[in-house]
Amino acid sequence: MSENKNVATVDVAKKYKKKSQTADIVKRLFRNKSAVLGMIIFLCIIVIALSADFLFDYEQDVIKQDIMNRLQGPSSEHWFGTDEMGRDIFARVLYGAKYSLKIGFSASIVSLAIGLVIGAVAGYYGGWIDMVVMRIMDVLLAIPGTLLAIAIVASLGSSVNNLIIAMSVSGIPGFARIVRSSVLTVKDNEYIEAARAIGATDRTIIFGHVLPNGMAPLIVQATLRVASVILSTAGLSFLGLGVPAPHPEWGALLTNARSYIRDYSYMCLFPGLAIMTTILSLNLFGDGLRDALDPKQK
Amino acid sequence: MWKFIVKRIVAMVPVLLGVTLVIYLIMSMAPGDPAKVILGEQATPEQIEELREQMGLNDPVLVQYVRYIWGLLHGDMQTSYNSGLPCQIEIFARFPNTLRLTVTAITLSVVLALPIGVWAAVKQNTIFDGVSMFIALIGLSMPVFWLGLLLILFFSLRLGWFPSSGADSWKSLVLPGVTLGFQHMASVARVTRSSMLEVIRADYIRTARAKGVAESKVITKHALKNALIPTVTVIGLQFGGMLGGSVMTESVFAWPGIGRLMVQSINKRDIPMVLGCVIMFSVSSSVVNLLVDVLYGFIDPRIKSQYK
Repeated sequence: MSENKNVATVDVAKKYKKKSQTADIVKRLFRNKSAVLGMIIFLCIIVIALSADFLFDYEQDVIKQDIMNRLQGPSSEHWFGTDEMGRDIFARVLYGAKYSLKIGFSASIVSLAIGLVIGAVAGYYGGWIDMVVMRIMDVLLAIPGTLLAIAIVASLGSSVNNLIIAMSVSGIPGFARIVRSSVLTVKDNEYIEAARAIGATDRTIIFGHVLPNGMAPLIVQATLRVASVILSTAGLSFLGLGVPAPHPEWGALLTNARSYIRDYSYMCLFPGLAIMTTILSLNLFGDGLRDALDPKQK
Repeated sequence: MWKFIVKRIVAMVPVLLGVTLVIYLIMSMAPGDPAKVILGEQATPEQIEELREQMGLNDPVLVQYVRYIWGLLHGDMQTSYNSGLPCQIEIFARFPNTLRLTVTAITLSVVLALPIGVWAAVKQNTIFDGVSMFIALIGLSMPVFWLGLLLILFFSLRLGWFPSSGADSWKSLVLPGVTLGFQHMASVARVTRSSMLEVIRADYIRTARAKGVAESKVITKHALKNALIPTVTVIGLQFGGMLGGSVMTESVFAWPGIGRLMVQSINKRDIPMVLGCVIMFSVSSSVVNLLVDVLYGFIDPRIKSQYK
């Protein structure tokens, strides 16, 4: 008799079991067609970037000059044509994804990690720590991001690592502000007070309770930051301050193509399309993610 | 209101000091000896040392910074390594061109984006809404310099309608203005649409319609006015991004502004000029943020009342 009762209780519990919030978010995200499209396109770009070394021989296909084949238009042999050195633009554009994504992800992760700690400490402790830290962030925010990155690269010199440093520094204040405001909205909740009452350390409270409950805007910002870093990196390379030649970064390919725009416009088309498609896919996905994470959309 | 403006200007001072300090410290990390750059490869170590002493380069960086700020307050941005002239002469000669380009881009983008955003919200889920928001998303994803190159290709090289470089006439302003304004237009249109969508469902809009107010008046007088705050915020916030974009745009169109001057100076390792340009950009960005804060008061009387 009591066994039957237990089974019934479990059934009722199963029936009324609260659906996990993550499952809800994923469901809402997958219901959004543009977000799914953006995600699929971006996953394809990641696969291309990861397999670039297997698809092409860097020395032979990407940077080796072949003057006999210079400035050939798109054909079945060279899908995107060849550049002024006879290099295959298709191989260079596909290989370029590796640089853009590497810089995009690395810089965004570094900015996120540093911004997270700064914002969390400032928001949680408040007082003079908050004031000093946020005034420093205000100063960094007052310098337009691209200009700050340009100043850093101009000072340190152009290389992939310096680009990552420049992009990371210019992204920190944005993340710190978002984390701080998330922490401020969460830190006075009862469950935080409860955690404090049972003797949890500040670190456990910040990273175990406060941050997981204020992650939504941060995830969206991180997605859109990758797009913004890729765009700025291409811009810096276009100005000659990014990835140095002969590496096939998308912005650098456009700088090269600029001199031949009148007669060989195809050289300009494909690197630009590659940048636009990547940014568009991230924007579509980021927008969808924001809608899925926003409780008002429920 | 005046009290608020003065307060904001006073609050701007430490931020601007911080900005100059950060930029100065970053630029002081640049490799190479400025004295060597000025004197050239033929200079003897004694001559280099003498110039270093004369320029105060042997002093600690913070002392050099204080000296720089003191000079800045007296209108001196140091001497360009390249031209040998005070940096402020070239920066102030070129600044009006950058301002002209930025103002044109903002005007173009706002004039187009506001009606597009409002109409897309009013006609939500129609073809117009879908197409305009897709174009806006493309605009946000398109690199400024690539758009510039495409516009040069079609409107300058193929059709010959506008010049591809220079700043000689109003025609020279069209392509750089559109290039710089397109991305801005996209974000303003998107924000206007979403903020209009929130407002047009509000009770007071239903009340206005129930009273028999004409639909055009409901949209322009009742809804748009209340939906403008987020739009103005975005216009202000985007200004900083637009200054970054102006560096690319000026380089693509050989526009004689401070963005191009900055890139040229970086290539020539002319550190005082780069420093002057970045500071000029940052000051402009802070001033625009102040103007946006003041503008809020004119748009929303509730905010104005808080200023008192």
